[in-house]
Parts: sequence; C-alpha cells; structure tokens
Amino acid sequence: MEPGRSAPIVLAMAAPFSWLRPDPAGLYIVPADCWIDPSRPVGTALVTHGHADHARGGHQRTIATPATLAIMALRYGTGEGAMACRYGESTALAGGVRATYFPAGHVLGSAQILLEHAGERVVVTGDYKRRADPTCPPFQPVACDLFVTEATFGLPVFRHPPIEREIGKLLAARNANPARCMLVGAYALGKAQRVIAELRLAGYSEPVWIHGAMERMCRLYEECGIDLGELRLVAGAPKGALEGQIVLCPPAALNDRWSRRLPDPLTAMASGWMQVRQRARQRNVELPLVISDHADWDELTGTITEINPGESWITHGREDALLRWCELNQRRARALALVGYEDEDD
Amino acid sequence: MERFAALLDALVYTRSRNGKLTLIENYLRSTRDPDRGWALAALTGALDFAAVKASTVRNLLFERVDPVLFTLSRDYVGDTAETASLLWPEPAAPRGAAPSVDEAVTALAGMTRASAPRELAGLLDRLDASGRYALLKLATGAMRIGISARLAKVAFAQAFGVSVDDVEEYWHGQYAPYLPLFDWAANGAAPPTGDDLPLFRPFMLAHPLEDGAALDLADYAAEWKWDGIRVQLVSTGAETRVYSRSGDDISATFPEITGSFARRGVVDGELLVRGSHQGGSDGGAASFNALQQRLGRKTVSKAMLADYPAFVRLYDILIDGEEDLRMLAWEQRRVLLEEFAAPLDPARFDLSAVIPASSFEELAAIRDRARDEAIEGVMLKRRDSPYVAGRRTGLWYKWKRDPLLIDCVLMYAQRGNGKRSSFYSDFTFGCWDGDPDAGADLLPVGKAYFGFTDAELKLLDSHVRAHTVNRFGPVRETDRSLVLEVAFDSVHASKRHKSGLAMRFPRIARIRSDKPAHEADRIETLRNLVHD
Repeated sequence: MEPGRSAPIVLAMAAPFSWLRPDPAGLYIVPADCWIDPSRPVGTALVTHGHADHARGGHQRTIATPATLAIMALRYGTGEGAMACRYGESTALAGGVRATYFPAGHVLGSAQILLEHAGERVVVTGDYKRRADPTCPPFQPVACDLFVTEATFGLPVFRHPPIEREIGKLLAARNANPARCMLVGAYALGKAQRVIAELRLAGYSEPVWIHGAMERMCRLYEECGIDLGELRLVAGAPKGALEGQIVLCPPAALNDRWSRRLPDPLTAMASGWMQVRQRARQRNVELPLVISDHADWDELTGTITEINPGESWITHGREDALLRWCELNQRRARALALVGYEDEDD
Repeated sequence: MERFAALLDALVYTRSRNGKLTLIENYLRSTRDPDRGWALAALTGALDFAAVKASTVRNLLFERVDPVLFTLSRDYVGDTAETASLLWPEPAAPRGAAPSVDEAVTALAGMTRASAPRELAGLLDRLDASGRYALLKLATGAMRIGISARLAKVAFAQAFGVSVDDVEEYWHGQYAPYLPLFDWAANGAAPPTGDDLPLFRPFMLAHPLEDGAALDLADYAAEWKWDGIRVQLVSTGAETRVYSRSGDDISATFPEITGSFARRGVVDGELLVRGSHQGGSDGGAASFNALQQRLGRKTVSKAMLADYPAFVRLYDILIDGEEDLRMLAWEQRRVLLEEFAAPLDPARFDLSAVIPASSFEELAAIRDRARDEAIEGVMLKRRDSPYVAGRRTGLWYKWKRDPLLIDCVLMYAQRGNGKRSSFYSDFTFGCWDGDPDAGADLLPVGKAYFGFTDAELKLLDSHVRAHTVNRFGPVRETDRSLVLEVAFDSVHASKRHKSGLAMRFPRIARIRSDKPAHEADRIETLRNLVHD
C-alpha cells in the first residue's frame, strides 16, 4: 500500500449471491463446501440429473433424487456416499444452506435444485424442458431471486416441433420403406425411453429393438414404473427379422460397424440439433427427428419471464443469445464460463 | 414450391450420388414445365436475381428480429437462408396458397431493389419454414446441397435417357427454364443448336498424380504446369469470348486477348501476364500475384494493360473452323494446334512447350528443379487421349512439386460454413518476428481451412474452445499454444498482411501437439523462401 493512504473500508453486507461461486469445475456453494454438478471428484456433490457430463463418479458424498442415484449406481457401479433427496424434500447443508429438489422435466430423476441461504433463494435448473414427457414428471416453476439456467438451445432458431409430428414422420417413413430397417440414434439415457414411450402413445405396439448398450437403462426405467412395451435386443436377431422394424441405438453406433448388420437401415436421429440441416448432414442422417429433452428458445425465454427472477445466470450452451435477450428485456443476467458440459448428445 | 422444397430437403439428407440422381430424375420427370426448368437452373446455380441478395434477406430479417440475435443465429447455423427461414415470424392471418416455382421466379425477376423487401416478404408469408428455405435459396443461390452442375446434367440425361455428353454440349447457349432442352430430351424434338454463338465447351481436367506412381513417357507427353488461370478461347470469327474454368465469360476483363483472336475455333490454354518470374526470361510469365491484379475487373485501365499485359499459353485445340477435333488423339491435336497458332500474334499467344524428357526419372529430376524456376509442377497427357469433358482416369495428370513446410502457431479461429458450421475450421496462424525467448511477438502469416482430416478437425475445434482467450464477433483468439505444420506451394511479398508475406495454397499438414510454441519458425525463415 502507498504511504499516506488509509485501508479501504470493508462493507459489512456481502454482495448478493456472493455465497455462490461459479468455478470452471461447477457451481460452488461456499458456506456449505458443496458443488453442483462438478466436473471433477469433490467432497460433496449435488447432482441435478444422471447424464454423464453432470453426474460424474468419485465424489465422497452425492446428493440427488433416488432415480438419479440409481442411474449413477448403474453407470459407476457403486452407491457409496449416496444420499437420496426426493422431489419436494429439503436437505440441510453445512453453513446454513438448505437445498430442495424439484422436477426439471428433462429425464427420469432430473431435478432443479433450490438453494436457500441468508434470505436469498437460488434455483439451479440443471437441464430442463417444459414439454410433456411420459417418462418423467413435468418441470415445476419455483419462485427465486436468482435463476441459474441452462441454454443448450439458446438461439431463436431452435423451436422444437410437437413430438407427435416427429414420431409421425418416423412411422410414415417405416410404412413407406417396408424392406428397410428404421435405425434411430437416441441418447441411451432419457431420449431413447422417451421415443419408445411416445411410439407407444402413438399406438405402435410392435416390439422395439434396442442396442445392447441401452438394455440396462431401459430396464431401470421399467423398474421405476415406466412401461416401454416389448423390447428386444438386436444382438443375435436374424437379419431378416429386422426388416420394417424400429431399432434404437446410441448416436455413436449410427455410422459404426455395429449398424452394418442391419438390413438397409434408414438412418434417423432424435435430437434437437436436427433442426439445423447441416448438423444432420454431419451425422449422415437421412431422417432428422427434431426431438429434444432441453428447453427450446421459447421455453427458455418463457420460463425466465414466468419465474421473473431478479437476476439470471446462464450456465452452458449458447449463452450469448440468451444474454442478449435478457438485455433486450431489461433483465439482469450474466454468463458463467463452466467447462465440461457437453450438449452434443441431445 | 412444396415439391421443390421437398426435393431440396431430400437432397440435403441424401449422401449417395445415386440417391441424389434418383431424386432429381424423379422430380424432373414428374414436374411440369416451366417449374422443372427453373428448379434445374436453381440447382446448377444458373439463376441470378439482381434485386435480391443475401444482404436483402438480412435487412428484411433485421426489421423483424434483433440484429444481434440474427447474427448469432446465422453464425451458428452457417447459412443465411436457413437462418432466415427459421426466424421468419409466422403471419398472424392464415397464409394463402403457396406460390409455384414459376410464380416465385417471375416475381423475383420482376423485383427492384426498392420493391424487393415488400414483395419477398409477401412470398415468405405464404410459405412454411421448409418452403421459405427453398424460396430464399432460389432467390440468392448458394444451394450448398452438394449438387454440381455436372451431377444435375447427369440426372437430366438419365431422367430422359439421352447422352450426358450431348446434354453438356447443348446446354450452353440455353437459358432457364430450358424449354427447348426439355422438348428435345423428353419429347424427342430436334436438339437446340448454337452454331452461330461463341459457346463454351466443357474443359478436360487432370487428376493429381499419386505419390510413387510412375508413367511411361512413351505413352505420356509432359508440359509445364503454369501458374495462371485456365481459359477457353472461343471465336465465331465475328465474336470472341474468353471463358474461365467454371465457364464464366471473362472477355471484358481481357480485351487485349479477345481483340487479337478472330479465327473461328476453340482453343484451351493458360492465361498469364508477361514477365520473367515463372521459368525466368525464357518462361516469359510473371507470378500469379501479377495476374491477380487483372482478375475480377469489369473495366480495364490503359495503365493496367501496359503494366500487366496478358497472354495465353495454348495447350490444346478443340475446334478448328467448322471441324470438331475433340475425338482426335492428343498427338494429332497438338500438330493441328501448332498450325493453328502459327499466324497468331506472338505477343498474345504462344505454345506451352513439351518438356523433352526421355524417361520418367529424368522428368522427376526436372520437376525437382521446378521450384527454382517458380513453376508449379508438370502436366502429363496421354498421347492418344481424346479431349473429353471432365476428369477421366488415366488420361491427364497434374504432378505438382512437393510443398514447402513451416511450423506456425495457431492464433485465431473462425467457424466454417455449411457442413462445418459448428466447427472452428478456419485457422489463422503466425510466426515469430524474432527470438520468442527475448520477447518476440507472433505475426499472422496465413489462413487455412483445409488439409486436416475430420478427426483432426474435431481435435482442432476442441482445442480452440478450450483455449479461447478473446472473442471478436465470430472470431476466437487462442492462447497461442498449438503448433501447426503448414504446407504451402510458394510464398510472396504482400502489402496486405502485417508480416509482409502471403502464402499460396496454405493448408494444415500436421498438428504438432508435441512441439512447444516457442520452437515454431520465425518470419525470417519464411521470408527467405520468397522468390519474387
């Protein structure tokens, strides 16, 4: 310090939300020494949902919904340090922080986390959507001062069509190509089960064939009470049996050696990215199905309007555009530079 | 318009050439005139509406959508027409019937700069997102669906069971919606003719010679590969035109060439500027940089003509007078070319010399010296080859000299267009302007957007995302930690860049993750390679 200058006065009152620190590895709750969806192993992790980029293994203690914990146990093989928190239930964390889990409507077990501390209410959405989904309870709006939102599809070009229309496209393609096999790329957790459940709602009662990597997750969904109808494994099926059938596989298997066993497959992909023609081309997709488990532009902006928080933080995705929308609508917002969240598999 | 929109969408998602051909064939057979002719013109990039440009579309959207949100969306989607089709606000009132392709084309052709925004908006309001995309693609060109003009012509030929060479031949001189062409192919009418017009004939092209391949010079003749632009000169005796590689008429840019060629016929050659750069004073040609001063100009000043005099180095003849020579062997055409060229003005025309090499090894040694002579490489032409359109295996080869290599540091990256729209695929790289350990800085020396494999592109893309230190609109500045081995054909002095250098054909040869940035090359190294 230069001589002759007095020390700066430290204000007694902390800045709003200063107990919450965005770190490249995730959101850090300072007084509780907890992390939300951390990208590296930590002491205590609050996990919003089971997708691998949000739920990583190796934490000493993991607090999540029972379904998310079951998904993590399935993936990482151990339930050690797991603490279940049901929708609507609260958990007291260290340092006078209370965490409450609410449905996010993204996939089975997905939750928003309400954090309460020092009179401030913060909602961290994780990934969410507002459309109806037969495989998980709907998003529940929760009033808060700070809304920490995802922005995976945070561009106004993303307006997801009704899922009925996309399922209709798939069934129409099947009818038009009776000798081909409909090969649908879908993320193994959430997207695959939602597509199957929606096919059932559309009256499709034939067996749905699945890639071996999806089997355990589908069984888990069924154990949680979600009826997926008859599922059959592709492995070992005679080639002829798959003509005119619907086959689901993880996106990575679409153009892999695995798909060569199928009879003249018509490659489809269920993803919000399919809205953009060149993205579908990059994936060698013939039949793009615009089906997303994330909020589209109207849902993202509509949810901020509905919840009407004092401030919004935008965690990951196309944050620039959502930030701009907040600016245009005179809403306080900032983008957080969190790394490690991948959105390519939606 | 719905059928055309469905065709475009299906073409986007169909990868196989045969699949695309089938789609276009079905469309051409099952669609009426003149819609199918307009569609064909749109697919081959033959439509141009002066009043509607990408900027017209952009401005139209700026009136309806926040410009920043539009630009961010465009940057992500990688295509203005697609972005606009998705962002166009759905009209509140139910839309009227969708316009036919013919109605849309007629309306687009009648628009003025002043009326375009209103009229285009009226058409857009009558279409759904897919139809809007098709209309905007129709209006602004840049289809980006992987349909070459050649593919469209093959589809046309197959749709009606006619020969594709005939289609190529009759196509030129015909204008959209090609009614006589359809009448000929679909209804068996007489083929359209254009004998009295100076029409373009499709070029014969060369394959690159694979590394390690060797050819027998008893079967192949060798010529230098000059670094100019490929041109075709066509004269009816009364009118002469110069066509570029793509078939564009560039006669106005080179009046001294058209003015000194009036013999009925069609010849093929390299357009160059006089100088002593390529091959020294014997070579007689300036660098490509000098030629560049002349390219793309609609009017040419006297000073330009005096400072950068153009000439054509002839290497083939297609038609002499009334006589089509294309089916003759190269050897026979060469003799006829020499006869044809003899009376031409030597200041404007010369012959591309045949390299006197007796064996492939000798030719390889001659090619190795090409760099010192500032020549791009050599061409090998099968002595008995006819002049056939396109790139045929085994007939013509280009054998470029080996590229130069330099290690540069990645500085900036920008997202690509089209298929690469989500990838950072345009890379700007630099070299050190001194000793990096003594505080030297990096100066950009070039930009490249190819040379890497798809797997390497993913790696580069994730490097850029993880190492961004600054953003300037769509451009990201990286932390200057990645070394790229850049291959290039030559390097020239240039006032355009801060480093004072410009590379020809730079491409990313290798990613040198193993090499620390301070060990990348210095600008000195690059400057020593300048041959200007």
